[in-house]
Formats: sequence, C-alpha cells, structure tokens
Amino acid sequence: MADLSETSTAEHTLHVEAPDAIEVDVSSLRPGTSLIVDWHGNPVVVRNRTEQEMKDGQSVSLAELKDPIARNANLPVDAPATDANRTMPGKEAWVVMVQVCTHLGCIPHGQEGDFDGWFCPCHGSQYDTAGRIRKGPAPENMAVPVFQFVSDTKIRIG
Amino acid sequence: MSGDKHSTYTPKTRIARWFDARLPLPRLVHDSFIVYPVPRNLNYAYTFGGILTIMLVSQILTGIVLAMHYAPDTGLAFNSVEEIMRDVNSGWLLRYLHSNGASFFFIAVYIHICRGLYYGSYKAPRELLWVLGCTNLLLMMATAFMGYVLPWGQMSFWGATVITNFFTAVPLIGDWLQQLLLGGFAVDNPTLNRFFALHYLLPFVLAGVVTLHIWALHVVGQNNPTGIEVKSKTDVVDFTPYATVKDAFGILVFLFFFAYFVFYLPNYLGHPDNNTIANPLKTPAHIVPEWYFLPFYAILRAITFNIGPIDSKLGGVLAMFGSIAVLFLVPWLDTSKVRSAVYRPWYRVLFWLFVANALFLGWLGSRPAEGAYVVMSQLATLYYFAFFVIAIPVLGLIEKPRRLPNSITEAVLEKDKASGRGPIAGPEAKH
Repeated sequence: MADLSETSTAEHTLHVEAPDAIEVDVSSLRPGTSLIVDWHGNPVVVRNRTEQEMKDGQSVSLAELKDPIARNANLPVDAPATDANRTMPGKEAWVVMVQVCTHLGCIPHGQEGDFDGWFCPCHGSQYDTAGRIRKGPAPENMAVPVFQFVSDTKIRIG
Repeated sequence: MSGDKHSTYTPKTRIARWFDARLPLPRLVHDSFIVYPVPRNLNYAYTFGGILTIMLVSQILTGIVLAMHYAPDTGLAFNSVEEIMRDVNSGWLLRYLHSNGASFFFIAVYIHICRGLYYGSYKAPRELLWVLGCTNLLLMMATAFMGYVLPWGQMSFWGATVITNFFTAVPLIGDWLQQLLLGGFAVDNPTLNRFFALHYLLPFVLAGVVTLHIWALHVVGQNNPTGIEVKSKTDVVDFTPYATVKDAFGILVFLFFFAYFVFYLPNYLGHPDNNTIANPLKTPAHIVPEWYFLPFYAILRAITFNIGPIDSKLGGVLAMFGSIAVLFLVPWLDTSKVRSAVYRPWYRVLFWLFVANALFLGWLGSRPAEGAYVVMSQLATLYYFAFFVIAIPVLGLIEKPRRLPNSITEAVLEKDKASGRGPIAGPEAKH
C-alpha cells in the first residue's frame, strides 16, 4: 500500500494530477476483463470493455446523465461526459478510473447493477459501463486519472 | 451545588471543620447528594441519569486498561486487539465490557432523552440543562464512532471512510476538512493515531460537560412526571435515602441486562465483518454502522434526490446532522404551557408514534438501500422532522390539556386514593 503519511506529497486522486506515476502491464486483459491496481492507496480499475459495453456507453445521450461533466483529468475540466471523453482517442475500449464511489468513498463492485457498470454496496449508487453515475446518491462520475498508453500493452497512470 | 445559602451541613469533627473552612467538598456532597430535595413522585425513568454516570465511569475505567494493551498502528492494531482477547489476563472481559458498554450507554441515553421529551423536562427553566445534555449526546457519538475504528477491522475502516467522507459534502472547505480529519487522503495510519488520541480525550470532555449538566440540574431542580414545579416541603423527599436507593436499584437491574450481554451474547450487537482485518481495496458487501447509529444512517440514505442547489450528498449529510441539531432547539420549538405528556392527550400519542418511528428508522438503516426501503426511509424521515418542527410547535397552540393537579403532593394523593392505598405509605410519615 502506498504510504499516505501526513508529509506525503501525493495529491488527492479524485481531483488533481498526482506526481508519482505507476506503469501497468495490461497485455493479459482480453475484452470483458479488468484489473485493479493500487494507486496512492486507492484502487484504479483498468477495464478492457466488450463490444456490448462500449455500445451501451455510447448510446447514452448527455441529457440522461446525472453528472454531465467528463471528470477526466486528461481533458479540460468542463468536457462533457460522452463515452469518448471517458476514454482515450483510439483506445475507446479501455476505461481507466479511480474505482471509488463519489458519494462516500466506498469501492463499487464491477459489472453489477442496473447498467451493468459498477454498483456501490454502501448506499446503492449505480454507474454505467463508462463509470458515469446514473442512479443513487453519488453526485459525480467516477474520476479518470491522468494516464497514457506508453505502448499497446502498457499504461502509465499518474 | 445547590448554593450555600440553603446548606444544612454542620461539620461534626475538628478535621471536618478544618476542611470546611478551606475546601468545603464534604458540604458540597452533603448538599448535593444527601439532603438535596427531589420530587417525591420520581419514577424509574428518572434513574437513567445515575445509570449513565455509572456507564461513563465504567467505560473510562475499562478503556484506560485497554489502552495499556492496544497499539494504535495500522500494522499492529488488529492483532493487538486479538491479543487482548487471547493473551491479556481478563482481556476478553475488559473488551466485552467496553464494546457492549458503548451499546448500553446508548440504550440508557436514548431512554433518558425520551423521558425528557415525554415529561417536558427541557422547558423553562431547564433549557440549558437540555442543551448540555444534547452536547453530551454529540460527544458520545463522536467518541463511539472513533472507538469503533480502533480495532481496525473491515467495518472500522469502511465506517471511518464513509463518515469522514461526509465532510467532503461541505461546500468550499469540504476536502480540506476531510484531509484534516484523516491526516492524509485516505483512512490510514495518521487517521488511526488521531482517532485514538481523540477517543482517549473526549470521554474526559464528556465528564466535564456531564458535571455542568448535573450542576445545571441542581440549580433548577428535577422535573417530575407531573411537570409541576415543587411548591412546598411535602412535594419533596431527601435525595438520600429515597433517590439513592431507587437509583441504586435501577442501576442494578440495568447492570443485570448489561452483564447478560457481556457474558452470554458478547458479539450479538457487533458485526462479524469487523473480525476481518481492514482492507482498503475491498468494501464489504453490506456496510452498516453500529446499531445506535442506524436511525441516523437511514436518514442519511433517505435523501436520494437533489433539493434545489443542494445535491443529494450534501442533502443527506445535512439531514443527518439536522436530526441531532433539531434536538437542541426543542426548548424553543415547544409552545405548550403544560410540561408533562401525562396531561397532554395528543402530544402523548404523537410522542409514542415518534418513538416507534425512530425504531422503524433504525430497522430501515439495517436494510439495503433499495426499492421500498428507500421510500419507507423517506416517509419515516419526514415524520421524524415533522414531529419537531410541526407537531411540537403547533400542538402547544391547539391542544386542550387535561386538568392539572395543584401540586405534586395532590397528584400523588389522588393517585393513592384511586388505587385504594392510604396515605400512610407516603414519605411524609418521616417528617
């Protein structure tokens, strides 16, 4: 677990770019599988979405969203929460986000709930396949951290 | 505490006279707990103040010894608690007394609060007494929450995560406030350290405010089931032996139930998930707080909708804190001229409905937050607040109270006559 002592310079993962980055090998991820890495004490999920999950995410209009902001640290702060803005150009199958519920900080379960995205067991928040809040008490979409594909099989988070 | 002008204490020995001239502590005890006049009609609901005092002392004593064996470090905390359970002499007893003690502390305080609401004990001149009591409740809640984090189990960790996240709902300074509480960006070692420090500190703050609470009580005198002020000497009896013996009996009966839980059902009120060490990357399937927080938890979860500029998250947090804050205002919300529910037919009905509703909220808090439970929580939350901000102010204006007796003595004698008992049982035989 990352050290989060008081003197740590790590920034709050939900809001700001963090200085220390990690590299993740994602070569083992077939469509429909995910892995979770520990980044500053928070779980970051990397999911290679199925065709169906991508289609579900893309078919949602902005008007249906509870939080219309992308919450993607790689984009301007007011970018709209389209499915494309929740992913990387050319890597639309991949969702990388801090898997922490924006309500009160629990960790949602993947591929559960009404939208087959994420479901938070604490207070019933439901996220879709792009990690956007659709139902329940959470106010915001789950945060996409600063990340990039270093190669086809390697992601750098932070 | 009742003021020197009424003091009847006469030191009998030379040492007592020497002390009395320098630090009149024996006089204080004599005036406050021996000859202090209490209404003659106090029932067993009035023994919970004494019970609470005993519980506070018990929690402090067991807590101090537990702290001698506990290690407030995320790498050691869970195992140190297991060592207390297995290796420390009588450690299991200390810990079960302490953890069940918290539950029984809350049972007693909720009964104590309900007694105050029922007999109108918060009404003038007892507003400050009531406000100090509400402060005690808040201190108890903070202490209990931080204590529950210390064993560093799954429920400890995720309870701490959820509750400290409440503060992120505060506009502008929310994140700063949460980081201050946590000592970092997530619940971790700094959080455990500061919670331990505060968990040790707050009970002594509580003891201080309890002293003020008892002081205020002894200035204004006790309320009683009729809600009528003491008017003459026949309305009162001496604290000792009357209240002392009654309190002692109440405490014994209460401790009997407490002991039953400690020895036969020590984990009944706990949650099995807390026997699993904290894992920051995995939230348990159902997270619930300790039973005594369940009604407030249900209120938190009931606000699933945005209210104008207030989003559902801030709304839930405001409703939850509001459910405690509203208690502070009760003395000024109540417009009734009559204190006791005994003489208030409508208030009595709505009061018991309030109690049933609060228990119902507690049950809802233990259910998952989905489907019909959410709607029921919303309705029960509505009644919770309506009781305070609508029923209490409006009833005082429209309700027709029953005829009040002229004095406590008259009320007692009327009751004796009705039940066929003669007046000889009354304590005035002593005077």
